[in-house]
Amino acid sequence: MKLTASDVTPRALFLNRRAFIASMGALPLAGAARAASDLTPTSREDITSYNNYYEFGFSKEDPATAAQALTIDPWSVTIDGLVDRPGTYALADLLAGLTVEDRIYRFRCVEAWSMVVPWNGVPLAAILEKAGVQGGAKYVAFETVYRPEEMPGKGLDWPYREGLRLDEAMHPLTLMATGLYGDPLPKQNGAPLRLVTPWKYGFKSIKAISRISLVEEMPKTTWNMMAPQEYGFFANVNPGVDHPRWSQASERVVGAGLFGGRQDTLMFNGYEAEVAPLYAGMDLAANF
Amino acid sequence: MIAERINQITRKIPAWPIYGVSLAWAVWLFYAGVTGLSGPDPIDALTNQTGILGLQLLIAGLIITPLRRYAGVNLLRYRRAIGLSAFFFVMLHFSVWLLLDLALRWDQIISDLSKRPFIMLGMAAVLILIPLAVTSNTFSIRRMGGSAWQRLHRLTYLAVPIAALHFAVGSKVLTTEPVLYLVAAFGLVLARLFWIKLRR
Repeated sequence: MKLTASDVTPRALFLNRRAFIASMGALPLAGAARAASDLTPTSREDITSYNNYYEFGFSKEDPATAAQALTIDPWSVTIDGLVDRPGTYALADLLAGLTVEDRIYRFRCVEAWSMVVPWNGVPLAAILEKAGVQGGAKYVAFETVYRPEEMPGKGLDWPYREGLRLDEAMHPLTLMATGLYGDPLPKQNGAPLRLVTPWKYGFKSIKAISRISLVEEMPKTTWNMMAPQEYGFFANVNPGVDHPRWSQASERVVGAGLFGGRQDTLMFNGYEAEVAPLYAGMDLAANF
Repeated sequence: MIAERINQITRKIPAWPIYGVSLAWAVWLFYAGVTGLSGPDPIDALTNQTGILGLQLLIAGLIITPLRRYAGVNLLRYRRAIGLSAFFFVMLHFSVWLLLDLALRWDQIISDLSKRPFIMLGMAAVLILIPLAVTSNTFSIRRMGGSAWQRLHRLTYLAVPIAALHFAVGSKVLTTEPVLYLVAAFGLVLARLFWIKLRR
């Protein structure tokens, strides 16, 4: 396998690899309020009945029923841009030979609620490797499928678009989810393929991906286009950087019930050790 | 003709059931929250439900006089119950926010009240409604005198649009619902102010 510039581990991550490895295990982080080991998954019922998926309606209860209209088989993903092997890949081919892993991740919505989701999926890096990322690529752009005949929802500029910086995309935490609780991903959760970037607000975790492009310029993302002063490109979970209209210092836990109260929001949603090096030296208030 | 018919029917229907229905409705919403019937995020559901009911009742209160003036339908006897029920849901909404959502996290409560426009709008509406609720009784009308009381209660023209703005500014995306309430609230108030100006 020929190694290219995109295979090189980001310098900051390389220098902090021991801290990174230690925190990826079940070892509680010193001083961390909530460690990886005490992640109790939110119930399947809650995860699959409380979804922001505006293609299927504004209400969080809408997608559970309306998203069933989406046809997910057959499914293909167009991979284009600065890649060695551009083309339209059938989903099965994209996943062929890759081991599906179980990843229990915190999920934090920009609306200040959170869940813990037991995803099943493959690292995005493994998928990108199949297409062969070229040296000039700096960002990865994603698109959700847009089928107006199956998607009645309005309100955003479709198709839903998202993007990551290349080092974020290649990060070991970045997952392409295909399942949930060991079962195929439900349609309302982004079937058949969705991105999961657990240290960012949930809207970055684009659903029903139909296109991946490797590009040089920072791609346009839907929520940023909708309200640039409210939703940035990076959207890293940060209790110190508030949404202009509401605080991000704390969050409600979905499933905690009427008397569940709130919990403090963690920097990078609790993944600070793993991802902080990616943003070393960056003004996180300016690059929100 | 229809107006006469409605007036005949409502002559026999007292106002007090409105209080009963409001209380029962609130109990039901709370029950739905506790038992999980309202979904995975019961705090959010209860906050929204109580807020929207409060706003709807506030707007309903503003419709009474135009309905009487322009359609001849007299529902004046229900206005106090509607207004106090609106206040009841508004206070529930405020309490859910304070006690259940922010769970008495005072630093965030103070921060929200001082930094977030939509929270400040909500707080303003609550504060304006308090003296209106406190004086919603015959004793107050007598004590203050009819015209002073009426002038005080014109504060509803301030409170209702502020409440509608609070909902709109706090909505993640501006959907039809908050826009409708904004149009209704501002429309009704502007119509009333225009009427008052005409009469002078």
